[in-house]
Amino acid sequence: MYCGGAAIVFILSIFMEQTTARLFRSSLGKKYVMAVSGVILLLFVIGHLIGNLQIFAHPDLINSYAHFLQNMGPGLWAVRLILLTAVVAHIWAAVELTLENRRARPEDYREKDTIQASYASRTMRISGFIVLAFILFHLAHFTLQVVNPQYQELYTQLEDGTVVHDVHSMMVSGFQNIWISGFYLIAIGLLSVHLRHGFASMFQSIGLRNRKIAGPLEKTSLGLSILYFAGNAAIPVAILAGFVS
Amino acid sequence: MNLKLRVWRQKDRNAPGKLVEYEAGDIDPEMSFLEMLDVVNERLIGAGDEPIAFDHDCREGICGTCSATINGIPHGPERATTVCQLHMRHFKDGDILTIEPFRAKPFPVIRDLMVDRSAFDRIIESGGFVSVRTGSAPEANTLPIPKDAAETAMDAAACIGCGACVAACKNASAMLFVAAKSSQLNTLPQGKPEKDRRVLNMVAAMDEAGFGNCTNQYECSAVCPKTISEDFIAQLNREYLVASVKQSFAGK
Repeated sequence: MYCGGAAIVFILSIFMEQTTARLFRSSLGKKYVMAVSGVILLLFVIGHLIGNLQIFAHPDLINSYAHFLQNMGPGLWAVRLILLTAVVAHIWAAVELTLENRRARPEDYREKDTIQASYASRTMRISGFIVLAFILFHLAHFTLQVVNPQYQELYTQLEDGTVVHDVHSMMVSGFQNIWISGFYLIAIGLLSVHLRHGFASMFQSIGLRNRKIAGPLEKTSLGLSILYFAGNAAIPVAILAGFVS
Repeated sequence: MNLKLRVWRQKDRNAPGKLVEYEAGDIDPEMSFLEMLDVVNERLIGAGDEPIAFDHDCREGICGTCSATINGIPHGPERATTVCQLHMRHFKDGDILTIEPFRAKPFPVIRDLMVDRSAFDRIIESGGFVSVRTGSAPEANTLPIPKDAAETAMDAAACIGCGACVAACKNASAMLFVAAKSSQLNTLPQGKPEKDRRVLNMVAAMDEAGFGNCTNQYECSAVCPKTISEDFIAQLNREYLVASVKQSFAGK
């Protein structure tokens, strides 16, 4: 399996060498990078949300799920590597494109008006930046557990006797802090706004949009962001309200 | 009607510009915006001042020469309208109008409201043409063209190259212009042989000129006097991706 994987990576790298130089230099190429890394990150945050919603079931469910993820071995690192690459690529493309955009209009309008560009589309940079800050904190908080080192001591026993990390208690204790829940809600809100533009936008960037599908696409984008926000917000709200303990 | 104008005055490319206030009194609401500027200029000349320099040619909304940003919107508040076809009746007595040039690095100000849009010409030169044998016209039915392809090509060909898309875009991106000019040819059989080369070269010329990048907000399409659809931008994105991949695997 690894040989097959290596062969694919090798062939892709030859292909990449030919295309990437031009593609990464061109404006459209950077937009493809933005869209593809965006898709990967979107799929991750949706998967992450579905996993987290297990908090509403018996604690053993999310604890055994977390145990399974932690013990994926190379698979876990493969996923982490893909995600890290996607994050780096997304930020790299955003910085490059933003700098080019700034250079493209050195003297700004004294008066500028907008006809129809959405709020979400005009705040991608700031929403993205705050979400990045949140991700770093979130990793330090729940993955590396350096914000509250006592989380590392939380263990529980599953029904079959396996001793696993008590993720359920960690989440409950984490979100009982009103400041952490507050920052989480703000970040989730901004990420939902970011996705509102990002989801529909990636279709356009790779050329898979036209006015016939624009209506359904925008509605899907809106529905997805609302569902994503509601699903994520339910967790700290339920914990703060004492429904999950 | 009486208006107050705040007009961008800039002596040349390198001089710093600034907004200067003018009173535009006793303006006929039936005048076009450019006729209003003509009246203001006549009065400026009468008073021994320099008239406001602005681009104009056909004054019929079909040449793409006129250009001005009025209260932050290129070609002003009316949709699907060039400045020359914008009439003063759309404004109210006592309005304050801020009039600026189209702003983008590849559109340097020549003077006041006039900008140099030759960057568009360089993009066209890089691929916005078809190489066909001239001479006597071929028999009309030798090259069948599907009706919908002809219609789509005509929609793209409606672009008058005024540059309002660039001026409206918060990133000064020329994607709508490049997309319209490549799609009008790529959609037709005559344009097919040079399709890949065309999109690769035109995008390269666009980047070279220093235009910004599309962030999919479609302000360009909303401001376009010919209402060119952002669908052509998607088409360009698609065709550029395909052309890039095809070129990587090309034998030669």
